[in-house]
Amino acid sequence: METTKKVREGDVRAVSRLIRNLEDRIPGTKDTIKHIFPHTGKAHVIGFTGSPGAGKSTLIDCLVAELRKREKTVGVLLVDPSSPFTGGAILGDRIRMQRHATDPGVFVRSLATRGALGGLSKAVGDAIHVLDAMGKDYVIVETVGTGQQEVDIINHAHTVVVVLVPGMGDEIQAIKAGILEIADIFVINKADRDGAGKLYRELMYMLNMADEFVGAWRPPVIMAEKLFEADSFGKAVANIQETIDKHYQNLIDQNLLGDRIRRKAILELNEALQSAILEPVLSKLVESGEMNQMADKLIQKKTDPYTLAEEVAGKYVQE
Amino acid sequence: MAKRRLRIMVAKPGLDGHDRGARVLARCFRDAGYETIYTGCHQTPEEIAAAAIQEDIDCVGLSCMSGAHRYLFPACIEKVKELGGNDIQFIGGGIIPTGDFQLLYDAGIKGIFTPGTTLPDIITWVEENIIPNIRD
Repeated sequence: METTKKVREGDVRAVSRLIRNLEDRIPGTKDTIKHIFPHTGKAHVIGFTGSPGAGKSTLIDCLVAELRKREKTVGVLLVDPSSPFTGGAILGDRIRMQRHATDPGVFVRSLATRGALGGLSKAVGDAIHVLDAMGKDYVIVETVGTGQQEVDIINHAHTVVVVLVPGMGDEIQAIKAGILEIADIFVINKADRDGAGKLYRELMYMLNMADEFVGAWRPPVIMAEKLFEADSFGKAVANIQETIDKHYQNLIDQNLLGDRIRRKAILELNEALQSAILEPVLSKLVESGEMNQMADKLIQKKTDPYTLAEEVAGKYVQE
Repeated sequence: MAKRRLRIMVAKPGLDGHDRGARVLARCFRDAGYETIYTGCHQTPEEIAAAAIQEDIDCVGLSCMSGAHRYLFPACIEKVKELGGNDIQFIGGGIIPTGDFQLLYDAGIKGIFTPGTTLPDIITWVEENIIPNIRD
């Protein structure tokens, strides 16, 4: 298959166009992914999440430089929100890592959430496969950092890095959001600001309260400060990179890599099944006018959503 | 086939640090429903070209307020073509004397928007003249 060959050869235009076709859900793209799929599974996928403004893009920029020093190739997927009103987006994460633009060992691609989270999740998941098949040693995915996508990342990434900043008001809030559970590594960025020590202690208290850690991996907390001082920030980034590698090794040593891979496989299967089974049924209902007829019945309180759904299931889904 | 969502880049080549106009355009494109990549100030033609290819851009909007457009705009177009982006379209804006328009059109710039152009006029023009790439 022509496109598959180009992807495996690292053809940047072909890869970028393929990702676009995934985003636009062009028919036939799935076939390309089918051909690419056997060539995936080699890249170490790292997710970066955390509040907007925490410094994820800047950290990724420095991490990419670090990986390039070690002659590793990197693919980066940067996700930014689409306007719920116009559908447009300003994809501005790339600006932080433009210094890598002309490095052939680095591929950076910005994606918009395009509203429907389900829709993008599929594009990001497959985009990771494409960069993997392209031969990248590492694939870094930066999420928007709020809402559902933040949880989705744990299904796609081997290692999840959560970036926090001090002084965001109530430190406990950040922890209540469930970040504690998804993080494999915590980074306290802009740690030269007030409240860094307090945030560090809060994280430590929460981690100390845990009964046990999966794979005996207690998420380390790394402080990063003084962006423009190589001695300080540079060292922190090197530390982050080494910790990421250690985490991957831990997954292997503890036989957990299989679990992560299985989790992603099941997620992808669920999404593909939804696409193959649910969406055609929904389209049919809308096209035939049945959707509106059912809505009328609901409004008139003649029936309830569950009964209607069961009727549809009975009609359209055969054992 | 329905028109695909436009991916447009706003780029500032060279040493010009006046980016307010570029940022206004970026917002305008977002409001028009386009996915807009903004690569920031102080970009070389090589960096802009590399980004345009990686991001599968349909149209690059080049902005220059410092008078270096005669060199920089054609240089950007050339670099993009070197990387295989023959179907990427270009528009330009900033402080550009009308006497320079023809040189830029000849180099491959499709539309030039200088101070006084309204944002709705720009969007109307883009809608009519810029087509999302549909190559395989």
